[in-house]
Amino acid sequence: MVRTNFAGMVPVPSGRPVVRAHDLRRSYRTRAGTFRRERKEVEAVRGVSFDIERGELFGLLGPNGAGKTTTIKMLITLLLPTGGSAEVLGHDVVADAREVRRHIGYVFGGDRGLYERLSALDNLRYFAELYGVPPREQRQRIGELVEMVGLTGREKERVEGFSRGMRQRLHIARGLLHDPEVLFLDEPTIGIDPVGARELRGTIATLREQGKTILLTTHYMFEADELCDRIAVIRGGEIVAEGTPADLKQRVTAGHVVEVETFGLPETSVDAVRLLDGVRSAAVEERGQAQVLIVQVRPGAEVTSLVLGSLDGVNVGRVSSREPTLEDAYVELVSAEPAGAPA
Amino acid sequence: MRVLRLVAVSYWLHLKMIAVSVFEGVFQVIWPIYFATVAFLLYGRSDEPGVLVYAGLGAAVMGIWSVVTTTASGLLQRERWLGTLELLVASPTRFALVLVPITTAMASLGLFSLVSTLLWAWLLFGITVPVASPLAFVVSILVSVFSVALLGFLLSVAVVRYRTAWAMGNLLEYPGWLLCGFLVPLTLFPSWVSWISYALPPTWGMQAIRASAHGESPWLDVVMCLLVGLVYGVVGALLSETVLRSARRHATLSLT
Ligand SMILES: Nc1ncnc2c1ncn2[C@@H]1O[C@H](COP(=O)(O)OP(=O)(O)OP(=O)(O)O)[C@@H](O)[C@H]1O
Ligand SMILES: [Mg+2]
Repeated sequence: MVRTNFAGMVPVPSGRPVVRAHDLRRSYRTRAGTFRRERKEVEAVRGVSFDIERGELFGLLGPNGAGKTTTIKMLITLLLPTGGSAEVLGHDVVADAREVRRHIGYVFGGDRGLYERLSALDNLRYFAELYGVPPREQRQRIGELVEMVGLTGREKERVEGFSRGMRQRLHIARGLLHDPEVLFLDEPTIGIDPVGARELRGTIATLREQGKTILLTTHYMFEADELCDRIAVIRGGEIVAEGTPADLKQRVTAGHVVEVETFGLPETSVDAVRLLDGVRSAAVEERGQAQVLIVQVRPGAEVTSLVLGSLDGVNVGRVSSREPTLEDAYVELVSAEPAGAPA
Repeated sequence: MRVLRLVAVSYWLHLKMIAVSVFEGVFQVIWPIYFATVAFLLYGRSDEPGVLVYAGLGAAVMGIWSVVTTTASGLLQRERWLGTLELLVASPTRFALVLVPITTAMASLGLFSLVSTLLWAWLLFGITVPVASPLAFVVSILVSVFSVALLGFLLSVAVVRYRTAWAMGNLLEYPGWLLCGFLVPLTLFPSWVSWISYALPPTWGMQAIRASAHGESPWLDVVMCLLVGLVYGVVGALLSETVLRSARRHATLSLT
């Protein structure tokens, strides 16, 4: 099967991944110190590999600083990799950058990246030109997108008066102007209220149904669970797990989770809990005044009293037991010992 | 065709943005008038009748140079602050084609100060500039605007690495006033300085504008002005690709 795109006839053979990252690496040089210049090298992405098939919605999940944005920026040709290679629709992101740019859309979260002094319509017109959308199609395309993101009636206003959510929706419209086959969405729902975020997830789901290939990064587990066909969890610049949301849940569904609410939990107690028989992992989450100790328990093990025993002298609140969620799988993955270190 | 449309639309939208800004709009228009006033007051005591017309035209064109040197040098930095620099780079359009319409919009803003300086000269000092061949006059001005825009394009990519890029633009502004012969004839300079002058497009543009005002043929100067501008444009286009690659290597496109 051969697909075309209105930017030109672009045959893309089926059966080949649309996005392919192979051992991607990127390090940054940073300077610290005012007087004595110190140079430090940060390895933000260390050997990331994955394939995204046509029509797939692939999620990149990870804590702050894990290297998600860095990975995306290498794929959309804004950063040169310091190692490895990547291709999008068969075009190399370094050697063939312009061809890659023609066929991809990029949307990042937050309220920057718009011309404040122009109207929403003018912002879209400008980028339609930059992406070479044929003049005859522009008006209709822009109209459809404005409608789709729910900005109809406000499109003639200057962006400086737009709320965060309106800006984000405008960003989405901008990213779709040239009807790209592949979309890169970097935390698109950040800073949007729950209703707006749900609408946006609806939009993303619709795009997926239209057959777009999408790479999405997010911090929200339920978002990844709801939307993604496949998820890669990235931590410290490395992929630590990859699979469908169900696969990832599977890693922890055998067993259950014990949550202990504590006040003033010392790190040593957490270490002690980790060493208990039947405990797979333990992590701490701040919830207001309390620290909630989340303990992943091996199947068949009963650890509640052991855990409480090792919390001697700590103020303990509510104790509960529940089924594991994708979030637990995620927390376990990102809070485990770094790969390579002795367990 | 597509390129023409792209250039026209981006030119128009950026002109809109620059004109909307109170700071850039009003400030850039008033600034040359201030210097024009000083020039008129100084030259006003001269007995030669042509001197005030000379100064009036010079002061009028000075605004084009000023607005471009001061705003083009901060162009990329402003786009970076807005967060749009990455989006411009991520688009399939060549960077030179993105930037030239923007610097052209900046240079066109100089037209406002040109007109207002001429009006000012007429209203307050009674100086009228007789224009012998209006068509040649307009063409000379438009070519000057475009050539200065190309110089601004080179400037915008040349200074992008420096934190204090905007200051470098300001540094260029004042020597340009002298070197381009806006207010004093080039013949006053030692010969090595006039070499620098002839490497700057406004020098030729200024000569073309004065020639067409006096009814002499401006065409050689017009062509030279355009050629010199195009040289800046080509160097800028080459440099912009290098600068972009370096920015992608060193991760300097975004602020985060
Ligand atoms: N331009 C830069 N210069 C230096 N270091 C950088 C730069 N950009 C990112 N880093 C570093 O690289 C690492 C990965 O950053 P990156 O932005 O890719 O993470 P992320 O997964 O997108 O995080 P977040 O969830 O906060 O967006 C971090 O340690 C960050 O400090
Ligand atoms: Mg990020």
